[in-house]
Order: sequence, then C-alpha cells, then structure tokens
Amino acid sequence: MVELLQYSFGGLTVGFIYALVGLGFTVIYNSSKIINFSQGEFVMIGGMAAVFLTYADFPFVLAFPMAIMLAALLGYVLFKLVSLSSNSSVTSLIILTLGYSIFVRGASQVGFDKQMHTLPSFISDTPISIFGATITPQAILVIVVSLCIVFALYYLFNKTKLGKAMLATADNKDAAKLVGISVKKILIMNFMISASIAAIGGIVLTPITSMNYEIGIMLGLKGFCAAIIGGIGNPFGAVFGGVLLGILESFVAGYISSEYKDAVAFVVLLLILFFFPGGLFGAKKSTRV
Amino acid sequence: MENKGLFLDRGIITMIIILCVIPFLLQNSFHYEIAIMCMLNAVICIGLNMLVGYTGQISLGHGAFAGLGAYVAVILSTTYEFDPVLSILIASVVLAIMAYFISKPILKLEGHYLAMGTLAVGIIISIILTNEDQLTGGPDGMGVSEFNILGYVFENDIQWYVLSAMFLVFSIWALQNVVHSPFGRILRCIRDSETAAKAIGADVPYYKTYVFVISVVIATVAGSLYSYYTGFISPEESGFMRSIELIVMIVFGGLGRIYGAVIGAIIITALPQFLTFLHDYEHMVFGAIIIFVMIFMPKGIVSIFDVLKYEKKKEIKKANS
Repeated sequence: MVELLQYSFGGLTVGFIYALVGLGFTVIYNSSKIINFSQGEFVMIGGMAAVFLTYADFPFVLAFPMAIMLAALLGYVLFKLVSLSSNSSVTSLIILTLGYSIFVRGASQVGFDKQMHTLPSFISDTPISIFGATITPQAILVIVVSLCIVFALYYLFNKTKLGKAMLATADNKDAAKLVGISVKKILIMNFMISASIAAIGGIVLTPITSMNYEIGIMLGLKGFCAAIIGGIGNPFGAVFGGVLLGILESFVAGYISSEYKDAVAFVVLLLILFFFPGGLFGAKKSTRV
Repeated sequence: MENKGLFLDRGIITMIIILCVIPFLLQNSFHYEIAIMCMLNAVICIGLNMLVGYTGQISLGHGAFAGLGAYVAVILSTTYEFDPVLSILIASVVLAIMAYFISKPILKLEGHYLAMGTLAVGIIISIILTNEDQLTGGPDGMGVSEFNILGYVFENDIQWYVLSAMFLVFSIWALQNVVHSPFGRILRCIRDSETAAKAIGADVPYYKTYVFVISVVIATVAGSLYSYYTGFISPEESGFMRSIELIVMIVFGGLGRIYGAVIGAIIITALPQFLTFLHDYEHMVFGAIIIFVMIFMPKGIVSIFDVLKYEKKKEIKKANS
C-alpha cells in the first residue's frame, strides 16, 4: 500500500510535466494545426537557461523569468519560420519543426554544454511523509505549479476576451478575421504561451531529474502521447493523458521492469489509437470529401 | 506513355554512368564508407518514398524496421551461424509478416495519428532492441560475421561498392516500373483521394498493406547489408533519430519523386560528414539547412530542376513566337 502510494507520487510529478508539454502542444495545434516536434526542446531550454543563469549568479526571481522569456522568444522564432513557409503540407511542416528542434538542440550544445546540470530545490530538501510514503517539497511544487498553469489556461480560454479570440481563431481563421480579430497576433501569442508553459515545466523539473541538452526528445514525445491519448486539441484531455501516463509509467517501473518504463507511453498510445482513434476525450470526426 | 516490362530511361542510364565514375574519385576507405552508406540509405528511401511519397502514408518508424531487420539477420548469421544470404532472406520474411500484422490496425489511421502510431511502433522496437541484451548485445551493440554470397566473401570496399550500386540501380528500376504501372497509378490515387480510389473499386487497405510490407522488406535488406559492411550493429541504428533522418531524406529530396529520394538520401547522409569541420556547430548548421530547404523549397531539392525546365520551356516558347 505504501509502495503504491509512493509510486503514485513519483508518477504524478512526472505526469504533470508530460501534461505541461502536452498542453503546450495542444495550444499550438489548436491555433495552427501544426504538430510541433520541438515542444520538448522548449522544456530543455527552460531548464538549461535557468541553470546557467543561476550559475551566473542571478537570483531565482530573475533567472526564471529570463529563462521563460528565452523560450518564448524561441517560440516566436518558430512562428516566424512556420509563417514563412509558403507550403503547408502536414509532412513538410513536421520536418520543419524537426529541423528546428535539431537546431535548438545544437545551439544549446554550443551555448550551454553537454553535461548534466541540476538546480538546488526551490523550497526545502526535507521529504514530507504522507501515510508512510515520502514526497519531496519540490515534487509538490511541480504539481502545484502545473495545476496553476492548467487553471490559468482554463481561465484564459473561457473567461477572457483574449482567450475567446484564441478559440475563435482556432475554430475558423477567416471568420475570426471578419469579426476583427488579429489572427496573426493571436497565433504569435499562442506560440509564445506554448513555449513558456513548456519552459516553466523544465524549470520546476530540473531539481528533480537534472537537465542536459538531449532531455527534450523523450519529454517531447511523451508529451505528444499525452495529448493524443486525451484527444488531440483537448487541453483537459492532455492533462489527463499526461497524468495517466506518468502514473502508469511509474507503476510499470516499480512493479514490472524499470527498463521498459519508457515503452509504456508508446504502448498506451498505440492501444488508444487502435481502440479509440479520436483519443479518450476527442470529438468524433467526420471528413468532408 | 505505355511501358511494358524492361524499362530503361535516360535517368537510370545517367545513374549507372555516375555510379561507374564515382569509384575513381574515391581516395580512401572513409570515402567508400560514405558512398556505400549513401547508396544503402538511398535504397531504404526509395522504398519509404513509395509508401510516403506515392501512397501518402507517412511512417516515422522505418529506421526501427531497418534496424530490427538487420538485427534479425545479424543474430541469425553471427550467433546461430546461418548463411548470411539465408539470414537476410529469413529476416525479410519475418519482418514482412510483422509488417503485415502491424499494418492492419495502423494504416487505418490518418495524418498526424498515423505519424504518431508509426513513431510509437518504432520507439517500442528500439527500446526492446536496447534492453534484450542477451540477444542483441544491449546498448553497446554487437559484432557481425563476415558476409558472403555462396562462398564468395565480401571483404574490400570495392566489392561492397559494386554490390550496393547494383542494389540501388535495381531498386530505382523496380520503382520506376511500379510507378508507371496500373498498380502505381492506384497508389497515387490513394494518396490524392482515398475516397476516389474506393469509388473506382480499389481495395485500399490491400494496396496500403502491400506497399507497407514492401517498403519494410527493402529497409530490412538494405539495413542488414549495411551492418554486414560495417561489421557492427547497435540499437542506435533503430532509434527515433534514425527514423527521422530517413523521413527528412525523402522530404528534403522531394516526396513522390524517384530521384528525389536518392538525392535526398545522398545529401543528408554525406552532409554531416562534410560539416564535421564545424565541430560543435554541426547540428546547428544541419538543422538550419533543413529549415531553409523546407521554407524555400517545400517540394524538395529536385523541384529546382522543375523550375529550370519551366524556364527552358518558356525560352523555347519565346523563341518560337
């Protein structure tokens, strides 16, 4: 029982990071129908930039916003590149974002370095014991921050005019233009928000798992799995998918085999694709001929 | 244009001539390695192009299929001392059966879902290859037995060069025949509109499965040959980045273009070797080149030739009028 709880805690922590990546991915997908394969790199940039800014003696309060801004800037650059590309076939956009992720990874290899880096915990290192299982304050922080982001996004999309404009853009770009929404601005905002969310995830994750320039690949892919499992384009689906994946992964690592834990996300993804092709919470889709 | 049976056009003859000239330009073993790598990648890309470029079904898992096929062949011939050619044959059959069963549920998916589905299969394969270390040697990889065809041992670069070149020419020739056959026309019809293909009575799932299986078998053979050539295999050859590399090659060269896949494979394989002088900046420059091509030549490198042709036609028109 204690074991179960312990694994759940571990799973929840990682799961919320997947959820954040999945959310960022959903925000971009909803507004532009682009699968952004460089989403994981934003997580990495967030973490690495925070580490190196801290090395440069910046206090956390300055280093973190700067790291997030750097990621947002990269999100903006990605938007510029995507809008430059005249042809919008799914495959060439996928390749474009892949190229971007190789570029960002290469750049951080040069700009930062190839070592593993970590940050001290933000609050305290003393683990808290809950019913015999322990959880670090940092892990709780990851969960709380992620939940805050989820609710902030919920508030943004449902309660504010800006959010409604974003939803309108996602729904129908031309109609949104007709009612006076600046579609371009909305898209830029979406790309930057998406990158920032991922970067925040990267920063809070760093004290737990450490960062290096390659960490974004797997995080990004698992984030996609989360988003697709929940139903592509559904923000709450992405969060649910992420948490589900995190917990399953942690159970498999604990009870079955830690070597195969990375495979869990992809096995679940395949099962979902085969049996619920639209994802767990996806809308039924019909194609027009 | 009606084409029956043997079909040699200008393109393929040019290709043969180029392949005959290249060995005179290669100075050392390293050059040969790059050339052979380019050719075998080109072969995999030709098969993948048939699936992605002609039939419109994206696969982000072909690197894993090539790697798995190579592992099956290599394990059979190295650990169980099978004849190498027989091992490749068995590996092809095994992979064909596997591809057949995978294709049933997976090719029902479309667009992004298909991309993620094939990616997932690929990553699962690569994780298995990395973790079953009694069989595969684990992350460090394993040595590979020498390659021979009916006792004729392949040991120097020139032999391998000739073998790969013949394989490449054969693949191009075969693809050309497929593309210009009724079969090829149905594939393109499926790519452009699945509904239309169904409406004219084509058994769409059958065609998709067929092409998927063929492309996996081609990847298996080329992948195994490459492992025999280098004498070494590691799970990296089946990893996610490998699959991505392959898809980048065909999109970079030009989707649905026979020579697009070949040119893309050659450039993407050789480019990193020429970029090594950039040391740490290598990946950055590589990524930047991919972005650049996708923005300014979204139809791939071969679309340059289309523009040139178009200009020429315009000139001829001007001259005539």
